[in-house]
Amino acid sequence: MPDVTLTVDGKKLTTPAGTLLIEACKSVGIEVPSFCYYPNLSLQGACRMCLVKIEKMPKLQTACTTVISEGMVVATDSDEVRQARKSMVEMLLGNHPLDCPVCDAGGECELQDMTFSYGAAESKFMEAKNHKDEQQWSPVVYFDRPRCILCYRCVRVCGEGMDVWALGVQNRGVSSVIAPNKEDHLECEECGMCIDICPVGALTSGAYRYKTRPWEMNHVGTTCTHCADGCKTTLGVRRSDTGMEIVRGDNRDKSGINNDFLCIKGRYAFDFAHSTERLTQPLIRKDGKLIPATWEEAFALAGKKFAEIRAAHGGEAIGVVGSSRTTNEENYLLSKFARMVLGTNNVDHHRTADFPALAAALHGKPGQTASMRDVLSATAILLIGNNPTEQHPLLAWQIRSNVRLRRAKLYVVNSQPIKLRRQATGFAQIPAGAEAHAVAFLAGDDAELDPLVHQSATRESLLALRDKLRAETGLVVAFSSEVRGADVAKLVQGGLVGARFIALADYANSRGAADMGLYPDLLPGYEPLTADGRFTQEWGPLPTVPGLTIPAMAAAAKAGKLKALYVVGSNPVARFSLDPFAFSGSFVVVQDMFLTETASMADIVLPAANAYEKSGTFTNTCGDVQLVKKAGEVAGVKSDFEMIVRIADAMGFEVRKLVPFGGGTRADMGQSRGAQSGEADRHSVWLEAHGLEPKMSPFDPVAIFDEIQRLVPSYNVSRLDLLAGNDQPTDIAEAGPGAAHDPNLIIPGNDDLFSSGTLGRYSHTLNSVMENKNAPTPSEVAAD
Amino acid sequence: MLFSDEFEARFAEMLTHYPTRRSTLVPTLLYAQDEIGYLSDEAIAELAQRLDLTELEVRNVISYYSMLVTKPRGKYNVQVCTNIACMLKGGEELLNHCKHKLGIGHKETTPDGEFSLEEVECIGACSWAPAVQVNYDFHENLTVQKMDEVLDDYKNKGGEIL
Amino acid sequence: MASLVSHPDEIRVVSKRFGQGATDLDRYLALDGYQAIQKALTMSPDDIITLVKNSGLRGRGGAGFNTGMKWSFVPKQSAKPKYVLCNGDESEPGTCKDRLIFEHDPHSVIEGVMIAALAVGSHTGYIYIRGEYRYLSLIMQRALKDAYARGFLGKNVFGSGYDLDIYWHGGAGAYEVGEESALMESLEGKRGIPRIRPPFPAVVGLWGGPTVINNAETLASVPPIILNGADWYANLGTPKNGGTRLFCLSGHLNRPGVYELPMGYNLKKMIYEVGGGIPGGRALKAVVPGGSSTPILLADEIDVAMDFDSLAKAGSMLGSGGVVVLDDTTCMVKFALRTIKFYQHESCGWCIPCREGTDWLKKTLTRFHAGAGMKKDIDNIYYLAENMLGKTFCPLGDAAAMPTMAFVKKFRKEFEDHLDGKPCPFEKTADPVMA
Repeated sequence: MPDVTLTVDGKKLTTPAGTLLIEACKSVGIEVPSFCYYPNLSLQGACRMCLVKIEKMPKLQTACTTVISEGMVVATDSDEVRQARKSMVEMLLGNHPLDCPVCDAGGECELQDMTFSYGAAESKFMEAKNHKDEQQWSPVVYFDRPRCILCYRCVRVCGEGMDVWALGVQNRGVSSVIAPNKEDHLECEECGMCIDICPVGALTSGAYRYKTRPWEMNHVGTTCTHCADGCKTTLGVRRSDTGMEIVRGDNRDKSGINNDFLCIKGRYAFDFAHSTERLTQPLIRKDGKLIPATWEEAFALAGKKFAEIRAAHGGEAIGVVGSSRTTNEENYLLSKFARMVLGTNNVDHHRTADFPALAAALHGKPGQTASMRDVLSATAILLIGNNPTEQHPLLAWQIRSNVRLRRAKLYVVNSQPIKLRRQATGFAQIPAGAEAHAVAFLAGDDAELDPLVHQSATRESLLALRDKLRAETGLVVAFSSEVRGADVAKLVQGGLVGARFIALADYANSRGAADMGLYPDLLPGYEPLTADGRFTQEWGPLPTVPGLTIPAMAAAAKAGKLKALYVVGSNPVARFSLDPFAFSGSFVVVQDMFLTETASMADIVLPAANAYEKSGTFTNTCGDVQLVKKAGEVAGVKSDFEMIVRIADAMGFEVRKLVPFGGGTRADMGQSRGAQSGEADRHSVWLEAHGLEPKMSPFDPVAIFDEIQRLVPSYNVSRLDLLAGNDQPTDIAEAGPGAAHDPNLIIPGNDDLFSSGTLGRYSHTLNSVMENKNAPTPSEVAAD
Repeated sequence: MLFSDEFEARFAEMLTHYPTRRSTLVPTLLYAQDEIGYLSDEAIAELAQRLDLTELEVRNVISYYSMLVTKPRGKYNVQVCTNIACMLKGGEELLNHCKHKLGIGHKETTPDGEFSLEEVECIGACSWAPAVQVNYDFHENLTVQKMDEVLDDYKNKGGEIL
Repeated sequence: MASLVSHPDEIRVVSKRFGQGATDLDRYLALDGYQAIQKALTMSPDDIITLVKNSGLRGRGGAGFNTGMKWSFVPKQSAKPKYVLCNGDESEPGTCKDRLIFEHDPHSVIEGVMIAALAVGSHTGYIYIRGEYRYLSLIMQRALKDAYARGFLGKNVFGSGYDLDIYWHGGAGAYEVGEESALMESLEGKRGIPRIRPPFPAVVGLWGGPTVINNAETLASVPPIILNGADWYANLGTPKNGGTRLFCLSGHLNRPGVYELPMGYNLKKMIYEVGGGIPGGRALKAVVPGGSSTPILLADEIDVAMDFDSLAKAGSMLGSGGVVVLDDTTCMVKFALRTIKFYQHESCGWCIPCREGTDWLKKTLTRFHAGAGMKKDIDNIYYLAENMLGKTFCPLGDAAAMPTMAFVKKFRKEFEDHLDGKPCPFEKTADPVMA
């Protein structure tokens, strides 16, 4: 679009035609206040706060609905404009309860700020205020009508943004009220977007309300630990008896890949961290019972036993199971520890997507992976399988936003009429389990057409769909775990020109676990065990015979060949339905937060910190690397990183070989004290810029991240950007050649919007929301 | 069967008048209310389903329009205008008279379910003030005496609403 | 059925068939009905628009915009269907004229819609009638049915090859829906919240299509203009204020009623001669000249021509033609309160100044009238109204603010007489000061 030149408060500015005046003003640092205007949501013109004077127009005009035009002369700070703002605030406060001292929003309330900036000190009106009692709409949503200023942000974000349409406006005039879809309660996805977007304290969160004052918290921007999408969440933390308590999750600073978005899990389900069932003391099995023990005792015993078994039976008698929710540094360290210290390739994790197949398919073909941001900007998206609304809420948000704001085309191939079909220009409902046929058909195999014909998916519609997809340039293809093994290569090579791919896994660091080589036959970066000298140079001689998968470890244990098992943050017994007695002859060490089915059969249980209580990096399912920062703290637990190092130490291993620490200057990352919003980011950037990164401790993940960046080429991302809190996409093309795996080793997590594996079991919020739902189906309403 | 044949015929015809089903909503709600006396949960659910709307959307609309109600009221809804033209000609006295005579207040219903009373805004009878609407019937140039006759007429009338 | 009145000064253009049984189609035809549309079918759309423009016909709903001009804003080419919408949501207090048109001459509205449709190239029209006017809806529905039965509507109207459908649509009680963009929302089955403008309805209206919206009286004025010419109509009124209009005389008058008088008719004459003066020989106190949203005129301000421009000059508006006459027994505080109570009740609630402003005005005036007012309240009432004026999302806020400011400005003394716990000086029975 051509540029338009206009004058605002005497400043000349040039902006693309079509820009809204309020945005044009913002671009030159002139703030025009508003309540109802919200970027990317429909225009309202309702709050009248943004009234400005435009020359040649008799009345003041709303800057939020005015499109700039050539030669426009605007005043945003005249007496008339200031008086208009002042009177709007005065009128709003007329019926506002002014209960700021007890309001959750007090201190971070836009009405307070507006009153401070533009309001009047004198109160002219003395009439009785209209009152309505507060209502609880769901376990997590409360509504207080008197505080509401009717900006309709909540209504819009729920409808336009979430496609849930659970909020409406009822009555009229001063009786107007925001209403939930089930008269006195909400039936919705419980995302809490309405609460975050509320400029005042009208919508408050059941998890946070009346708990603290905003200024009593520190705010730490970190990455969500639930699904594999990698939303940035800002955790509000506060000192508690046992450390730092997380009291709130939100994303009001919109600094992450998720911009506005968080789902119920990212926003509320941090509460597993404070579950009373958390382990806070090491346990050692004595006389068949797990008895509390000291850390020294536990590490000494674990080290001694591992060393003995390795000496007596060799590394191949030890199995290692890693986690999809520990950091990249921990996963890398565990992979290294297994190979270097234990001398075993018996390394595995719970796989939920076939990343090695993707690595194999894209090896040496740069530019064919898509980041989460690409989903928002792609001109077209193909979704094969999966139900992102439930399983990948951010992906669903990106898709919806792209369709709504940029008119992207969405094509859905699914066995279920998933909710995203409402945004789709093409939807093929294929028979259950026919994803592989669909891939083959899309790749050009017409023999695979007939098995796909189903319901509304006719031969003609399927052929037409394929033609449309082939005509798309700039397609992003996201595929579910049903597409695995050889099908991944088929999809990648199958005639979708210029397409970029995303394999959808289920957990916060599923991708990281795969990238960091938690496989019996792959080193970090999908390198084969017999790879070039990179790893042997740094790690020394490594076992080269492929190790055992998790089911094979169970079988080996049963056969008496697996003498020890080391499980870090995983619950294979439940996940793989393993016979717990299979390991009764093995020495089992489990690091976990809770006494899971796997932990219950262990000889040593080590209480672990979760991802909100430590630092490092996560890689989301697209391959975007992001920082994980310590926010919460619970006494009596240790990070998996530290525990791995301590066990190595207890085995008599020289720790500096495992973690190349030292060399940096002693400094403080500013993490444990928490930080005001953005402070930790700035601090890290400053340290990096001055060459003052710490790496002074053997428990410092940055030392390992250094090594990852050295040895895993796709992770050679900008440290500055990463430390500044930005997501850094990686390209799997730069990784090793990957491998072909038994497709049966992929077991989907099957979590929905309100569950989250083990973490979900211990989340009070998720459980109360689940109990509150009679039918756990997402609301299906007509799109408007 | 929730609605009469007449309603169904009108509804079916109205659907042909507009490019969207939703456009029939406001008049349809009023006709539905005329049949049932108010907009019941059942009627709301039914109309929402017919028009591809959520019940929330239907309720949002209902609550906007002052003639639409979701609670039962009397068979005869006595709507007394007290807006400026009627006020100048005794509309408020008329309203007070009705309150006393019927023994009910604004938006209340007599115990026998015969009458409801409502103070309403301008009903477009300014030149013939004061005016009252009972259901859809206009009664104009009223006095207290004439009001009594009107109410008595309805009381004796029973049955027919329109 | 509303009773009819007459006066020798009347010029019957829109009301000429009142009382003539013209709801019957044959009767309407006998009284020149459907002649104008047949003439219009021989004219080019541009000629129709020019004719209406030159007639000086201005919107009878209240805003007074030149009708032909409004039609000319509709784009000739449009990907989306164009619509003509008749606004029969009459509800401005003091106004009861469209009711008579629908009651006595429904076909004239239909014919007006047809001509408008022809002028802008639309093939679909809607006649929106407020929900309270159920009996008029029935009359209109019958009229439409009759017109269809004769082939005046539907495919190939009057054998012209032009297809045109017109439908009735009903409201359910909302003054705000009289605002044109709110009317479109309501017709689309939504809450009657006005739309952001621009774009204006002529460009983006009903279901996104270009839409002409005119008041029922405006449309009923069109057929006679087509038949008799622009000059004829223009010359009935004053410069730039063509024709006649229906004035609804109400309040303290001996002969209230709806009279069709030429534009520019003197208000004083209207009150004392047409309306028969004030009953009981009492003195005139004030007049609301064009519906409750128009600023009130004092007794010494009524020697004014009743047209858009003259009233604007006098600091008020011609509005919707609702002339409400107040004698000296009227308490202006109470009158102001009743006026505001209406706007508070009818505010759609969308924007802050209207929603909150009308509520606070109502609360303050209620307290004030009850005798608990303070001196600063008078200034606060004015301050509130002044800060609503021109700042609301739609004109409803102005409609509440303008008369309020006039009440305070012109009757400050009377407001002051309510201060200090004094009972309302106009209250006949001794009401307790504070309940």
